[in-house]
Amino acid sequence: MADGTPSNRDAIRGGVHRPQAHDSAHKHVAGEALYIDDLPEPAGLVHLYLGLADRAHARIVSVDLAKVRAARGVVAVFTAADVPGVNDISSTGLHDEPIFATDRIDYHGQPIFAVAARTRAQARRAAKLGVIQYDELAPITDIAAARAAKAPLVTEPLTLARGDIESAMKGAPRRLKGSMTIGGQDHFYLEGQIALAVPGEDRDVTIYSSTQHPSEVQHMVSHALGVPSHAVTIECRRMGGGFGGKETQANLFAAAAAIAAKKLNRAVKLRPDRDDDMIITGKRHDFVVDYEIGFDDDGRIHAVDAVYAARCGFSADLSGPVTDRALFHADNCYFYPAVRLRSEPLKTTTCSNTAFRGFGGPQGMIGAERFIEEIAFATAKDPVDIRKLNFYGVAERNVTPYHQTIEDNIIAKVMEEIERRSDFRARQAAIRAFNRDSKILKRGIALTPVKFGISFTATWFNQAGALVHIYTDGSVHLNHGGTEMGQGLYVKVAQVVADAFQIDIDKVKITATTTGKVPNTSATAASSGTDLNGMAALAACDAIKARLVDFAAERWSVPKDQIAFLPNRLRVGNQEISFPEIVKAAYMARVSLSATGFYKTPKIHWDRKKGIGRPFYYFAYGAAACEVLIDTLTGEYKVERADIVHDVGHSLNPAIDRGQIEGGFIQGMGWLTTEELWWDDKGRLRTHAPSTYKIPVASDRPTIFNVAILEGVKNSEPAIHRSKAVGEPPFMLANSVFFALSDAIASLADHRFCPRLDSPATPERVLFAVERMRALAAGQEAA
Amino acid sequence: MRRTIRFLLGEETREIESSDPTATLLDWLRADARLTGTKEGCAEGDCGACTVAIGRLSGGRLRYEAINSCIRLLATIDGCHVVTIEHLKRSDGSLHPVQQAMAAHHGSQCGFCTPGIVMSLYALWLNEERPDETRIEDALAGNLCRCTGYQPIIAAARGISDFGRRREDPLIANADAIAARLKTLRDEETLLVEQEERRLIAPATVNALADAVVKEPRATMLAGGTDVGLWVTKEMRDIAPVIYLGRVEALKRVEDRGDALIFGAGANHIDVRKALATIHPQLDELMRRFGGEQIRNAGTIGGNIANGSPIGDLPPALIALGATIMLRRGAGRRVIPLEQFFIAYRKQDRRAGEFIETITVPKPPPDALIHVSKVSKRFDEDISSVCGAFLLRRGPDGLVAEARLAFGGMAATPKRAANAETILKGKPWSEESVALAIGCLAVDFKPLDDMRASARYRATVAGNLLRRFLMETTDAAIATRVAGLMRADAPRAAHG
Ligand SMILES: Cc1cc2nc3c(=O)[nH]c(=O)nc-3n(C[C@H](O)[C@H](O)[C@H](O)COP(=O)(O)OP(=O)(O)OC[C@H]3O[C@@H](n4cnc5c(N)ncnc54)[C@H](O)[C@@H]3O)c2cc1C
Ligand code: FES
Ligand code: FES
Repeated sequence: MADGTPSNRDAIRGGVHRPQAHDSAHKHVAGEALYIDDLPEPAGLVHLYLGLADRAHARIVSVDLAKVRAARGVVAVFTAADVPGVNDISSTGLHDEPIFATDRIDYHGQPIFAVAARTRAQARRAAKLGVIQYDELAPITDIAAARAAKAPLVTEPLTLARGDIESAMKGAPRRLKGSMTIGGQDHFYLEGQIALAVPGEDRDVTIYSSTQHPSEVQHMVSHALGVPSHAVTIECRRMGGGFGGKETQANLFAAAAAIAAKKLNRAVKLRPDRDDDMIITGKRHDFVVDYEIGFDDDGRIHAVDAVYAARCGFSADLSGPVTDRALFHADNCYFYPAVRLRSEPLKTTTCSNTAFRGFGGPQGMIGAERFIEEIAFATAKDPVDIRKLNFYGVAERNVTPYHQTIEDNIIAKVMEEIERRSDFRARQAAIRAFNRDSKILKRGIALTPVKFGISFTATWFNQAGALVHIYTDGSVHLNHGGTEMGQGLYVKVAQVVADAFQIDIDKVKITATTTGKVPNTSATAASSGTDLNGMAALAACDAIKARLVDFAAERWSVPKDQIAFLPNRLRVGNQEISFPEIVKAAYMARVSLSATGFYKTPKIHWDRKKGIGRPFYYFAYGAAACEVLIDTLTGEYKVERADIVHDVGHSLNPAIDRGQIEGGFIQGMGWLTTEELWWDDKGRLRTHAPSTYKIPVASDRPTIFNVAILEGVKNSEPAIHRSKAVGEPPFMLANSVFFALSDAIASLADHRFCPRLDSPATPERVLFAVERMRALAAGQEAA
Repeated sequence: MRRTIRFLLGEETREIESSDPTATLLDWLRADARLTGTKEGCAEGDCGACTVAIGRLSGGRLRYEAINSCIRLLATIDGCHVVTIEHLKRSDGSLHPVQQAMAAHHGSQCGFCTPGIVMSLYALWLNEERPDETRIEDALAGNLCRCTGYQPIIAAARGISDFGRRREDPLIANADAIAARLKTLRDEETLLVEQEERRLIAPATVNALADAVVKEPRATMLAGGTDVGLWVTKEMRDIAPVIYLGRVEALKRVEDRGDALIFGAGANHIDVRKALATIHPQLDELMRRFGGEQIRNAGTIGGNIANGSPIGDLPPALIALGATIMLRRGAGRRVIPLEQFFIAYRKQDRRAGEFIETITVPKPPPDALIHVSKVSKRFDEDISSVCGAFLLRRGPDGLVAEARLAFGGMAATPKRAANAETILKGKPWSEESVALAIGCLAVDFKPLDDMRASARYRATVAGNLLRRFLMETTDAAIATRVAGLMRADAPRAAHG
């Protein structure tokens, strides 16, 4: 809505709980939203490009960059020797991630040097001209190889345990062991990594970085330059997608650009080509889950003992918290009376895996669904019944493997809704009948729940700051530590501010996230953006509101309780005064119209050593029912219908939340189906472009796609306007696609055997699982 | 010889005197014209963030097509109308109906894919007022969105006409005037774009083209650029000198001669699809799934053959149909069966100075059984793991008289299954015979083994496609396809 639109007196435009459009929707569709590569380039800007290792694992014997320096357009070449501060960008402080490799190559595509040239094309060409001699070592590409090579762990593993696992397992009437391989995932943010560094006076540098974590980029750059943090400013107005891939992965590009910018005293831009971006940057962790489960003939779980091994890549990065979160979600909605969960964060000679929507949670959770599936086949019962049987209770059977008591369990309600909306039982019967008559094509159906814990498990990250100014014309400037990557954080926080002051949302100016305005921020991650920054912004608004109320009470001599914020005006006693007028009057009376706000999540604590605490403030719930059709000749499939019911508490913005649910589901579906990361025998990632790495396209979405936000619920905790976080949880609704595929495959042997499908379930994996089912069925008939 | 590139950019006429002959349209738009609404997501034609609409005169008619500006060379838009996201807003600053629909349906989240999606939908809308869902999905197959899951985008696409009328769109309303302006940019002169001895030559007639290729036998021939463009953007190869084929109208002709279809080598995949669809619906489906819409608009049949890829989609189909190609050198021409063109991995029977001029596809007799299957990791907009195209004829005795079983992805070249074909001959068209033929595939082929699919998968699928062929031609009751137009319950809507 343009300025000058008359103010509304009945209700403000863009308040909370309304389906307000994304703040940049108009700019997006008009091509007017500016991303970093769209900014006008400062005069004299040079382009930087990284020179990459073309071995996965080697000792560097020699580096000869003469040809690089001599190449057309080249201005300068940088190696580790040119790093003024510390040649390291490890976010953990473990010093395991050099900006430029020096003596050792730990993955294919590791940067060795950077070259600055007048044009990007010149820099790219020159970057290929390094002559590097290697002493090759054997690559350790995957989890099996890492275990075989007794590869070290990149970080301290975690164990979660409750109950006496040994005796519970031994005492269980039935037991089974199995293993599941879960693939990784490339983020495929549409806007690739990019940094634009502009040098300033003294030691200053400003970096426009496409990052979810400006404060960390700031710290890494100051560390690399050897300057205090105050010299480094990071700014990000928006990202063209992040999904976790810009939580730590922006550090490298920003640091390299900053080093070059300070050295050359010129603006420097570094934007890797898509293929190089995919080769260099970390991805979702692949996992192998080895499990033993004890259960009884009814299908009730007695004990779970599982090891979660992850391909972490060459450095720790976020692998510690990611593998932790896998364990935190290894229960999903199910109560494990006795349990032991162990992580095994393995070092491999691959890119360093990192945050990705769900942050290990999806891998842990899909393991839980596999346990359920195994038990269902073993007891010849329906998986949905096994799920329900093992759900956490409300008053009992409600303690997680990390000893947090679940206080907000609404999974039964969610389940009831999804079964009804999807007409699950009737369709399941119809599908069984269809499969009996269909020779080649088979259908499958599955219903899977989600329970996802909200909060950073690193407790100190659960804090946020905001800065709110009101100018004398009544317009508001809003800034906070959260970043906008498409998830609608900015508009949600603006709604909170508009609601707080009761002014139309178009009076609130959303401004770029910058370390200069709000310091020491946490990554916009863990779905926490709105919870934290919304609360911080509200605190800032409340501070200013209190001053305005004090002022008005005094000025018009009315008791404070007779002052109220009405849409676009204040009621002060018997009179109504417009918001701009009050603001103007307050200014004249020398009232401060600017405030910072701060928030920290209450109640949470976590003792990692003991594996005990309350890491999560609350949980978000959801469930999906999904139907697929598979072709038993080729393994091709189609998702024919998906029904979703998802809990977002009292939605702050149902339009944005629905977008997160739909988008998360489709992204999760891609992870479990066509998105396959494939390394060759030399340890080189070969699926590093959209030509070979296949994320879902429009026709992949379910033919029928019913998405419902769970109605009539509120967050039982006083989170921002009783809403719930929504960024990550819906991703895991896609587990239903995977288990529907498994169900279709199982039909080939009359649902007698667990298909034990691995992910991603590419047509190839589906076809081979079909063949395995057929062989098992034939074997049993023969026997 | 003309040395300036001339085109319309929005409402302006642009003339570019000197340019890097291999500069891409995207780089020019973003860096030189400072039109930064068009984005780069991959620089390889696969994500659609760079989509712009290009208007060109085709048989006297003004035709708008979505293309990938990232792999399109600037020089090749000579004589065209370039429309980018910046040109859509109305003169009063209000949003175009396509843009309004996208905003109203919450079709953007991060917004980075959005300009490309808007342009794809715009190009679709210019051609069809109320496209059905399949058409919308086709038009968007080359546009990746990582955020939305596409649902709101499809809703927006269906609802564009709620926000405005197509006939009021400036490009439709002013079509005659635009066509007239484009006509004035057209000539028979050869265009030469040269900088520092690197040049691109774009002849306007076949004869001039034939001369140019003889004169510069080492030049890179450039048609739709959906392969060659990537040599520039991905391999950073210097492809100069370049001979561009796209200005030669005669090369784009598709002709139905009654007993055969004759394709000019420069016919794009949209036009090729329309013609092949008259032979068999599975050919229609094959071409529907070829690349994304932008690739189908730019890519040519000649390029798909000449690149010699073992995983190209048209060669197996054309080989099964018994196509021949005409190679031309200067005034000389020779005709060879297509299958003989492929000698070894990326080695073709193209002599210096030759180019492919036409492709002739004989129409199969009405009793011929035909089958085409493309199997890929992702159903739409993916390269085939295996592509099988089969033609089978039975004699009066009902026994197999002729079998042509062509495969892509199964060898270093597109190739027929010689042993399988032989064993089928004289046998009934039955499960037993198919089993025998499948047994021969292991001799006939050594399939590729790579990130798209393992050799074992390819081998298994190749055999199963013969089973699918048998079932589809002998028992209509068996459903065999999970998606696309060949699904038993698919809407059999004709394409646009
Ligand atoms: C995103 C994407 C998706 C794709 N999807 C598919 C797909 O689904 N199936 C598929 O088969 N391919 C696919 N391709 C590959 C490519 O689009 C096709 O092979 C296309 O037909 C190439 O045609 P072109 O006109 O663009 O060729 P160009 O790139 O212009 O040329 C390709 C080669 O052919 C030569 N050449 C072109 N015309 C002639 C001629 N007349 N005489 C002699 N030589 C000539 C050129 O010199 C060059 O060597 C895809 C490519 C991309 C980028
Ligand atoms: S940038 Fe991805 S298709 Fe052009
Ligand atoms: S809106 Fe982000 S990629 Fe489409």
